Amino acid sequence: MEREIVVPGDVLGEDPKLAGSGTYVQDGRVYSANYGLVDRRTNIKVIPLSGRYIPARGDLVIGKVVDMTFSNWFADINSPYEGMLHISEYPERVDPANMRKYLHVGELIIARVADVDPTMKVELTMRDEHLRILKQGRVIDISHVKIPRVIGRNGSMIGMLKKDLNVSIFVGQNGRIWLKGDDKNVDLAIRTIFKIEREAHTSGLTDKIKEYINREQEQLRSSTK
Amino acid sequence: MTKPEKLIIDGKRLDGRGPNELRPIKFKAGVLKRADGSCYLEFGGNKVMAAVYGPREVHPRHLQKASRAVVRYRYNMAAFSVEERKRPGPDRRSIEISKVSRESLESVILQELYPRSAIDIFVEILQADAGTRVAGINAASVALADAGIPMKCLVSACAVGKVDGEIVLDLNKDEDNYGDADLPIAINQFGEVTLCQMDGHLSEEEFGKALDMAIEGCKKLHEMQKQALVEKYGQMVAPVAEEAQTNGGVLNE
Repeated sequence: MEREIVVPGDVLGEDPKLAGSGTYVQDGRVYSANYGLVDRRTNIKVIPLSGRYIPARGDLVIGKVVDMTFSNWFADINSPYEGMLHISEYPERVDPANMRKYLHVGELIIARVADVDPTMKVELTMRDEHLRILKQGRVIDISHVKIPRVIGRNGSMIGMLKKDLNVSIFVGQNGRIWLKGDDKNVDLAIRTIFKIEREAHTSGLTDKIKEYINREQEQLRSSTK
Repeated sequence: MTKPEKLIIDGKRLDGRGPNELRPIKFKAGVLKRADGSCYLEFGGNKVMAAVYGPREVHPRHLQKASRAVVRYRYNMAAFSVEERKRPGPDRRSIEISKVSRESLESVILQELYPRSAIDIFVEILQADAGTRVAGINAASVALADAGIPMKCLVSACAVGKVDGEIVLDLNKDEDNYGDADLPIAINQFGEVTLCQMDGHLSEEEFGKALDMAIEGCKKLHEMQKQALVEKYGQMVAPVAEEAQTNGGVLNE
């Protein structure tokens, strides 16, 4: 697929009804508002090549608790805006006088963005399955725009990583990835994810990564012998 | 250097350019790893590095705006950027340039998308050779796009001036020092002027001619800016050399 690269101000179309994310309309024309790749499948969208993570409702993210008030925790979610987790959104009943017992500063959590208001107040929730405190494992940071490549089409990439390396992985929309498993395998998984991040724009990535993992595993086996 | 007798000889300028020619220009986007976006620019004898951070949290807190992002721009000349060592730190001139440059870019940044945040732009002049403020704006504009900041369009800037009674594009150091007028202009792609300053004297007719010439120059620069961004993407597609990647990650026990 030939992908069209645009910079801010490029004209993308004449129909304002098709303007999607990463675009704006002026004088009846659609312009690009971002540096990125055009997607014209349903409407006209520009997929940015870079930029910070901006929370959106429904995103699953990995946050780090940085602050706490009478009834809220605040989590850094790798974004300009902090996420707020109210005690009522904690999986179990919380005694407000003793919040530290449940979640303390420095802990990592998997949370869902419950709501984002126009002033960018971000509300998080942990009341859902999969959402929990991360007690073990490792978390790495990559650029959030590369997350779709790490997941792959219908989760093909991430499925392969989990299966071939026998590692539990959770990928947050905010560019944080949690991994747990055997130390050597986690090391290799992290190396592989960084490789995916670096080569995110090449085609046939899944096959290339599969080959890479096989080669690396071979090496691992021969070195332990 | 003392004043040369003539700055234009047989229609050619001292560096061999015609009246409406730009100096050699080279953009390179995405040169800094730690910044969200960056651009290195060589603009004749000018060497400029621009870095963009953000949107990020605003510190100090009282500067933040509830409905939009604040844009901060710092223009800074390195001590070694000029012949006589420049005393480091902000001075009256660089504070003024920071302000007008910020305003020239603020008009295209879609600030209302990121309330309560800050977009920081740093422009370092590594080597100065007349026209550093326009070089800074050109580089900053590319760096902003590289950082993924939503904008209406890019901003391009160049200077025009009057030398030996003639209107010429993109003054060099001697023309700037010994010329009659210097007029830095920035425009966006829709032709809106976002920066216009003048030093010296021009008649109304001369001003009109100078403005037209500057707009032509900015159009050429705009093409180069786009080219720099497209090229950066091309390099990302090309196979990257295998580099040793240290295993990052934080433990959470």
